[in-house]
Amino acid sequence: MQFGIFSVSDVTTDPTTGHTPDDTERVRAMLTIAKHADEAGLDVFATGEHHNPPFVASSPTTMLGYLAGVTKNITLSTATTLITTNDPVRIAEEYAMLQVISDGRMDLMMGRGNTGPVYPWFGQDIRQGIPLAIENYALVRRLWTEDVVDWEGKFRTPLQGFTATPRPLDGVPPFVWHGSIRSPEIAEQAAYYGDGFLHNNIFWPISHTKQMIAFYRQRFEHYGHGRADQAIVGLGGQAFIRKNSQAAWDEFRPYFDNAPVYGHGPSMEDFTRDTPLTVGSPQQVIDRYGSFIDDVGYYQRQLFLIDHAGLPLKTVLEQIDLLASDVVPELRKIAETKRPADVPANPPTHTERVAAAQAKGKAGATHVGDGGDEYTGKRAEEVLS
Amino acid sequence: MTDSTERTTTERTTTERTIAVVHAGLGQPSSTRLLADRLAGATVRELEALGHDVTVEVIELRDHGHAIIDAMLTGFPTGDLADAIETITRADAVIAVTPLFTTTYSGLFKSFVDILDKEALTGMPVLLGATGGTPRHSLALEYSLRPLFTYLRADVVTTSVFAATDDWAQAAGNGHGDGGGSLPQRIERAGRSLAALVFARGEHAKPADPFSSTPSFLDMLGGD
Repeated sequence: MQFGIFSVSDVTTDPTTGHTPDDTERVRAMLTIAKHADEAGLDVFATGEHHNPPFVASSPTTMLGYLAGVTKNITLSTATTLITTNDPVRIAEEYAMLQVISDGRMDLMMGRGNTGPVYPWFGQDIRQGIPLAIENYALVRRLWTEDVVDWEGKFRTPLQGFTATPRPLDGVPPFVWHGSIRSPEIAEQAAYYGDGFLHNNIFWPISHTKQMIAFYRQRFEHYGHGRADQAIVGLGGQAFIRKNSQAAWDEFRPYFDNAPVYGHGPSMEDFTRDTPLTVGSPQQVIDRYGSFIDDVGYYQRQLFLIDHAGLPLKTVLEQIDLLASDVVPELRKIAETKRPADVPANPPTHTERVAAAQAKGKAGATHVGDGGDEYTGKRAEEVLS
Repeated sequence: MTDSTERTTTERTTTERTIAVVHAGLGQPSSTRLLADRLAGATVRELEALGHDVTVEVIELRDHGHAIIDAMLTGFPTGDLADAIETITRADAVIAVTPLFTTTYSGLFKSFVDILDKEALTGMPVLLGATGGTPRHSLALEYSLRPLFTYLRADVVTTSVFAATDDWAQAAGNGHGDGGGSLPQRIERAGRSLAALVFARGEHAKPADPFSSTPSFLDMLGGD
């Protein structure tokens, strides 16, 4: 199982000091956090995408492209990439570029976004959220797998003879996750393609998460990608850790009480009972997160939200250290003992996907120009002349 | 989609019916609770006469006050409140009663309605009741409660019942002389109407399971 962190990139005042980082400070903090997670040995860093304050992460591939250059092992990902309001052509191009730059050390997660005005700001209609997610992603896939694309749809200018460059690394597109909290249609979409499905359950009781994951697994099997328990599943999570449980509660409470979204609402006692938020010692986090496999089956990726609500950078880096040294090694052991032998331990790496594609003879071209496109028979020069 | 999750249905006989009574009374004792109980009693008597076995589940919103605000802030209900919402959503009929505060339903009552799923009451037989200090507020039932439930596509009984403080001291056969009848008469009429709706409706089609009603991907890809 992979263990990583994800950031929503919120700029929030630290309620204990009154300090509010400016946008530059927050962006730089995210870079530091990602580098630190890599050095500490965590498996994944994922950034959100937002187009309104108080969030700064508007340009995920710029950030991840830089991180690809300054990190060594960590998988770079998104949480989530807005499949509804981004031009699917730009998604295909930008993430293929990131794939090449990171040498395949990346994947991405599609999501619809939950900020209403972003749709009209980018010329879309929020009532079309699901149709947009479906049509746009179908186009992204064609742009990655077919060299020259003729396409017409409902939401975007038609394409005639379009080639997205760079072609995917080794002719194999990035691995894609789909994230959704409430919409079975998105679980259905992930299952149809045999893609990963991540339920970001940080505000939800595990009973709901369990239903969504069970549905995705069943549909994954229905579409012939393998058994239900072999589907690629991820969960969100949230923890605040100190060696001493009471110290964790005392330190985190003012951040909890003032946090965007749940601040001034339920008590931390209620919220830690009803959602995966765990505040306490490393052992308490291990006990809680080690149990989720019993609810949703073995899963391949666990992401933690650890840098929101105004927590200072120093604290976040300490959280990464505690996670990496005291929590993750134990969780890895627990996960491995609960994993059936023929269920994948991790989401597929680029190398594994290339090997699988080559075995099926399905790896695509790595550049277009010498030969014709396998689907249309057209050559890039012919298209342009 | 035949291969999807089979929904589990609670085994019950065809004559069993459940009435969910939700009220926003705050006092102990509460005249709002009293009205809710009377409305439930009238409905049960009538349904039993029609051959039904009736279970009444009472949801006292005061008990869920903090949880309702938490649900509004976090986006999801938990614990006892989640159970209460489930009870209402699965009921065969709902009796909803609120005190009138500052010309309309109480804020607690409205906040509860606001956290319900927008489909939760679609087609649900609903009987409305309200309490207030004087009869001058009685039309609030018609101009504020009824549109709220109509918006939610509930099947609202034509007779709604308002109880002013004075109504509790009236003889059963003695109306206001305004054509409305006494409180007991109005309660009986309302209970009969709700029972008739429940009876006519037959087996309640339970709320759609989002997992079994999700279209297959090929339909979504090709269709509208």
